[in-house]
Amino acid sequence: MTQHASPPRDSTGKVQSADGAPAWRGLMARADVRTLSLLGVLAALIVIGGITKPDEFLDTRNLQLVLTQASVIGVVTVGMTFVIISGGIDLSVGAIVALASVWATTVATQEYGFAGILFTAVIVGVGCGLVNGVLIAYGGMVPFIATLAMLASARGLALQITDGKTQIVTIPSVLDLGERDAYVLGIPPLVMVFAVVTIIGWLVLNRTTFGRRSVAVGGNAEAARLAGIDVRRQRLYLYLLSGLCCGIAAFLLIILSGSGQNTNGNLYELDAIAAAIIGGTLLTGGRGTIVGSVLGVLIFTTITNIFALNNLQSDVQQIAKGAIIVAAVLVQRRTASTT
Amino acid sequence: MAPEPPLLGMNGITKSFPGVRALDGVDLDVQAGEVHCLLGQNGAGKSTLIKVLAGAHQPDTGTIRWRGEEVTLRSPIAAMRLGIATIYQELDLVEHLSVAENVHLGHEPTTAGFVVRGKAARVSTAQLLKRLGHPEIEPGRLVGELSAAQQQIVSMARALSHDVRLIVMDEPSAALDPDEVDNLFRIVGDLTAAGVAVVYISHRLEEIRRIGDRVTVLKDGRAVAGGLPAKSTPTRDVVAMMTGRNVEYVFPERPTQDATGGEPLLEVRGLARDGEFESLDLTVRPGEIVGLAGLVGSGRSEILETIYGARKPSAGQVLVAGRALKPGSVRAAVRAGLGLAPEERKAQALLMLESVTRNVSVSSMSRFSHGGWIDRAAELGAARAATRELSLRPDNPSVPVRTLSGGNQQKAVLARWLLRGCRVLLLDEPTRGVDVGARAELYAVVRRLADEGLAVLLVSSEVPEVLGLADRVLVLREGRVVHTAPARELDEHRVLDLVMEGSPAS
Repeated sequence: MTQHASPPRDSTGKVQSADGAPAWRGLMARADVRTLSLLGVLAALIVIGGITKPDEFLDTRNLQLVLTQASVIGVVTVGMTFVIISGGIDLSVGAIVALASVWATTVATQEYGFAGILFTAVIVGVGCGLVNGVLIAYGGMVPFIATLAMLASARGLALQITDGKTQIVTIPSVLDLGERDAYVLGIPPLVMVFAVVTIIGWLVLNRTTFGRRSVAVGGNAEAARLAGIDVRRQRLYLYLLSGLCCGIAAFLLIILSGSGQNTNGNLYELDAIAAAIIGGTLLTGGRGTIVGSVLGVLIFTTITNIFALNNLQSDVQQIAKGAIIVAAVLVQRRTASTT
Repeated sequence: MAPEPPLLGMNGITKSFPGVRALDGVDLDVQAGEVHCLLGQNGAGKSTLIKVLAGAHQPDTGTIRWRGEEVTLRSPIAAMRLGIATIYQELDLVEHLSVAENVHLGHEPTTAGFVVRGKAARVSTAQLLKRLGHPEIEPGRLVGELSAAQQQIVSMARALSHDVRLIVMDEPSAALDPDEVDNLFRIVGDLTAAGVAVVYISHRLEEIRRIGDRVTVLKDGRAVAGGLPAKSTPTRDVVAMMTGRNVEYVFPERPTQDATGGEPLLEVRGLARDGEFESLDLTVRPGEIVGLAGLVGSGRSEILETIYGARKPSAGQVLVAGRALKPGSVRAAVRAGLGLAPEERKAQALLMLESVTRNVSVSSMSRFSHGGWIDRAAELGAARAATRELSLRPDNPSVPVRTLSGGNQQKAVLARWLLRGCRVLLLDEPTRGVDVGARAELYAVVRRLADEGLAVLLVSSEVPEVLGLADRVLVLREGRVVHTAPARELDEHRVLDLVMEGSPAS
């Protein structure tokens, strides 16, 4: 399941041909230790939730809520994973989500209805990504600094647009997507978007030249350059991609909250980075998986949910999140040094 | 009755790194007040030896005596406390600190634990700089603003700020102009007159004649001669000691006919980069291997990287099959059929976290993809074919490239260009980190690629490698071609004479 995994092996460790074994067996064999351990953590959390609040946690509505909450930050995390794999960082994701959500919900934008909101959210996200990408790839700025500047200015602009007020969405077709009537087979549309973004992200990372180039640039930018890869253009595309994900996430957030606010997406950058890191993405670049990042998001969202159900305050949640990040990285260092 | 023990006596020092025996029982003794020169080719063990002396490496076996007493140099600080200071070739100064702060780094004048006596540091720094003949360097200036020569003076001032008895200088003259070299020699003279010993490393024999007292020659990790008189030992003898080797190189046979036919595949006209190399002309025909021989710092790697577009030339042109390349563009070079196997394989060529397949296919991804979508079966097949052709071991391109030996990693880089269909191969130190057995195999691979019509430009600091593999050799000294000849008309002594003395010593 990782883009750097060895080929499928059978139980004797012998390498099989690319299309030898049944697909499920190949998948099982390739799900590396890290993915399995993340699944184990998630399973343990579900057990904990089921024991402490059996009626409430395992309720369908609650599980739908958890997945819906995971969708917004999850889409952002997919973009962030690409950026981190390429050796970069995008601190501006939360601010871009905020700016895209308020720009897409102004009175003027709402006159264009559903399409206007969707289009504006995506264009604002991509536009911010473009600025980040140009500054980093062609302006030679350090990603940390360029996206920190974007964080500050996008938040500022979002505040200027809203003047601190909540912008209520009045387009029924947008709001309807958040209603239970829109669920297909019990799955909220937001979760479906998240699933589609995840699948596309996985395919792009593992099956396309774009994904390969991202990994190569992150693993060794100088080697990538000397191998004939246009490293700068690739970097530009990666920040565009992250911006696009922010635009989509902003649209999901508009559906979810029925409004646009300049405080949206607060600290998303930290949540997305944390999810990618516990999912096994190297902060130094060159290695990372979409599946790991998505599991990281699900783990964080589930913890938040369990804590809320058990009436534990957000301060305790924050401490727990910090502890999980430290534990995950320490475990990964251990496994990395033994292999 | 017993004679005064030497200031420093190193005895039977051995040091191994994974796969390499860098030092194999080296003896070195240094007297107080002498200039003791260390000579040897690249890889002979000079740097390892001085790192042992500086406390940066621990020897596997052997003893170090300091003024007759056995000592252990556990760390650079331990060596410094004894009075051993090292000035490395790569200066280890902090650019964003001032001259005075650099000089006193690690032993700042303090009051009650606080670094408050900045003035004291500046005054003592000024005195040291004056003693070194550079009173114009202001102690308050940032080191990053100084020239290379001035930085070297600061580095020396730092060494002298300790109570120093022995200074190791690793090619101190490499970055200096002639009159700066004169000043350096005056400083060395002052130091030795005060009883300080100097271990001086240089490739330039004429310098060793000017200031050296005794010479120790290292070769393949052994001291082949210790304590020779520096002024009277003939150059021929010194060169012979540096080159007589135990390692047998097995080179493939050259084709019986010279590759004089055919238009040049690679043509370089007046290529130059300021401060690195001057107006370079060369041609390589299909089937021909051209070698560049020269010492570290002669501009070899820079030349290859400029031809490849990884550095922008200040003048000149590169033509492939008669068509000029866009200067400073790697992508243009790769498109035109150039391939580079760079000197630092791990840092510049390989994606260490990735499989062999992905390392091989990275430059040819468009061949296995449709609309950006990679056909992984085709990719694996092509990578397998390319690595098999070079007999890369293990015969499984799915293994991570980091698990391969140095020689096979180099083959992975060659396979990358083979797969790309490259026509001109630039090889920078192709056998660095490759063990002896695998070298012969690599040489055979390179010769076979040339026989198949590739043009090969080879750079190596190992003169026998250039002479054995190349058809034609260009000898470089300080960024200039000083001699061009067919390889069979040159021998190692002659090339070393040329690269060190700069003038043909027939």
